[in-house]
Amino acid sequence: MKNIIKSTLLLVATSLFFIGCGNNGGKEQKKGGALGSNVAEKVYIAPGEHDEFYAFVSGGFSGQLAVYGLPSGRLFKVIPVFSVDAEKAWGFNEETKPMLNTSHGFIPWDDAHHPDISQTAGEIDGRYVYINGNNTPRIAKIDLTTFETTEIIEIPNSAGNHSSSYVTENTEYVVAGTRFGVPVPQRDISIKEYKGNFKGALSFLKVDPEDGGMEIDFQILMPGFDYDKAHPGRGNSHGWFFFTTYNSEEANTLLEVNASQNDKDFIAAVNWQMIAEYVKNGGGKKMPANYAHNVYDEHTHQATSTMKKEVLVVNPAEVPGAIYFLPTPKSPHGCDVDPSGEYIVGSGKLSADVTVHSFSKMVKAIEEEKFAGEAYGIPIIDFEAVNAGSVKQAGLGPLHTEFDNEGNGYTTFFISSEVVKWKLGTWEVIDRKPTYYSVGHLMIPGGNSRKPFGKYLLAMNKITKDRYLPTGPEVTQSAQLYDISGEKMELLLDFPTVGEPHYAAGCPADLIKPRSRKIFKLEENKHPYVVTNEMDARVERKGNEVHIYMTMIRSHFAPDNIEGVKVGDKVYFHVTNLEQDYDVPHGVSMIGANTSELLIMPGQTETFVWEPKQVGVWPFYCTDFCSALHQEMQGYVRVSPKDSPIKLSWSLDGE
Amino acid sequence: MKHTHKLLILMFSFVLFSCGNDKKNNQVNYSTKKAPVKKEVQKEKPKEASVEKKETTANVDLSNKGIGPVKSLDISGAIDQKLVDEGKELFKNKCSACHRTNRKFIGPNPTGVFDRRSPEWVMNMIINPEEMLKKDPIAKALLIEYNGSPMANQNVSEKEARAIVEYFRTLK
Repeated sequence: MKNIIKSTLLLVATSLFFIGCGNNGGKEQKKGGALGSNVAEKVYIAPGEHDEFYAFVSGGFSGQLAVYGLPSGRLFKVIPVFSVDAEKAWGFNEETKPMLNTSHGFIPWDDAHHPDISQTAGEIDGRYVYINGNNTPRIAKIDLTTFETTEIIEIPNSAGNHSSSYVTENTEYVVAGTRFGVPVPQRDISIKEYKGNFKGALSFLKVDPEDGGMEIDFQILMPGFDYDKAHPGRGNSHGWFFFTTYNSEEANTLLEVNASQNDKDFIAAVNWQMIAEYVKNGGGKKMPANYAHNVYDEHTHQATSTMKKEVLVVNPAEVPGAIYFLPTPKSPHGCDVDPSGEYIVGSGKLSADVTVHSFSKMVKAIEEEKFAGEAYGIPIIDFEAVNAGSVKQAGLGPLHTEFDNEGNGYTTFFISSEVVKWKLGTWEVIDRKPTYYSVGHLMIPGGNSRKPFGKYLLAMNKITKDRYLPTGPEVTQSAQLYDISGEKMELLLDFPTVGEPHYAAGCPADLIKPRSRKIFKLEENKHPYVVTNEMDARVERKGNEVHIYMTMIRSHFAPDNIEGVKVGDKVYFHVTNLEQDYDVPHGVSMIGANTSELLIMPGQTETFVWEPKQVGVWPFYCTDFCSALHQEMQGYVRVSPKDSPIKLSWSLDGE
Repeated sequence: MKHTHKLLILMFSFVLFSCGNDKKNNQVNYSTKKAPVKKEVQKEKPKEASVEKKETTANVDLSNKGIGPVKSLDISGAIDQKLVDEGKELFKNKCSACHRTNRKFIGPNPTGVFDRRSPEWVMNMIINPEEMLKKDPIAKALLIEYNGSPMANQNVSEKEARAIVEYFRTLK
């Protein structure tokens, strides 16, 4: 009885405590804190319900692309792009190894940066995501029906592929600009000879409107500045591309100091339509090159890698009137174009101001030849003649800007860790909210198009320090979701990201969801080692190569008993998933195989290689829990000595 | 403390018991129960363990048309050989991984299936296996009998399922 009284007292006390807390929370909300009682509701997606937006968030040094739902921040998939992924056998199975081929050989990693969704008529169409590999310059295409990487093209004459991979408003081109100036062609010269001898290649990859496929149409060999970020013109400025530059000093050492001397660097305005026309009419010069073009075919379920031996280069001097420099303070990083296409925003990371240029002023200045000089023959437009205004002293270290659908810009400030909302045209600051911490990119779904969906803003942070449970010296990077539907921004959610996110792209889920593939049709499977029914499952020997044509279905392999394999053989498991139902993948792994598992979708064929080194009977099994009898989904391979007379045989249940 | 444990176990048993009674279709399940596999196997093959290969004993029920798009189907007419060939090919590619025409395999042997099931039931089972496994008493009984191995949805169209039915008619 005493206990009951005690308990009751405790309960009452606890309740009072909670009520007290609630009141405090209310007060904080009035102060504008992120503790509003309805905040949780805004990001809550009930079990079984779907998110309103997809967000494709670059994985940075993970080399991959993460797919999240917004507003919930739930992670759905990490799409392997530039780095091997043992879970999905990306770069481990025979089918996808060619995807990571380059002129330097097989490279299992890259640094993934700026995803951009394909567009039609200036609006996001949800067909493909393009993303750049920064380290060994490459551009990848991800097909948004399968959420798989289906193409990777290497960029020659480039290094630090950073001002990439943005699409023009009808996805005519994807650009790939170099960060590093490099000798073109590469040769053995002193690094001190940088100035004037090193070039900065801006590559324009023509996109096939049918399948999104890429080829390098031309490369513009610009002066050896560092081309940092880029965005396409749209509306009136369609046909132009804008690239920020830093290191207009052309320093080759201690850039921290030596590339930070000039008060203004440039935004390069490139009339790509003019140059495309020039090239179409036979302009430019073909130069020897060596770069890989890797394409995955969803019918053969295989990738092929082709080495290309030539690239078309254009010297800016050959096409007068196609390229201009817009002076922009200071070492500008982000280069963003508003939905109307009129304003080009250069965030001078060493300047306190965000500089905004006007496209119509630029056109007028060119007509009136208001030039302040030239650099390597490229006219520099007078700053006053092109500048529309600037957002003054809005914060420290401006980096990137996105836009809503109501004429506002949102700029991240890395040093002062905040997002600032400002008005296009008047440049007045409307609101600012802290980020936690050191924000880099930000993304508004559709924010890099004519039609932003101005409901949410995702800020991506480089540093999180104390925001999450600690995990040793390396802690997570993060994204933060803000509601931007009102006058003031409201922080809704923090969530961890895969790797360090550099930029993201988002769009309404309805653009993508209805076209998402459920299965691969068996009758459309053109893999050279496919077997579409168990009767055709078999094992063949070609010298020391053993090819197993295997099938899998809930819940057995055919064949599942194989004898006559010998030490020194190279055993290929070509495994076809016979299922034709949604969400029934099977996996397979072999004891001692020096590779990853396979994770095979319904109707798909994949291959792994096993080189048995020891005599014995070795098991394999299904790695993806597929049914109540998943644990029964297993088999054996008997491995005999090299000189054994045992003939190759195989069976399933004695047949 | 000891008492509490006993009480818990007792209560838990009641929960299970009452659950079992609530299931309307339990009778079907029980009626399909056979002698333990081991005994039969030991009679036939005393030395090695093997899966029992006998035909299904699930209730013969020609009035059950199953659940799905196929409401009525008359298969008393002459055999359409072209349809049979089509069905045979479809069966090979989409069904044979689990069904063999000469024996019980992962699932039942389709030979003589129309002595046990209505043609509508067969088609609905092919086209609409998920719902059948949840609601149809025979399908539910078969799922238990076949060790919980569910009939897979192989994305077979109604037209294709009809061809497979025609092929089944020729199996003797």
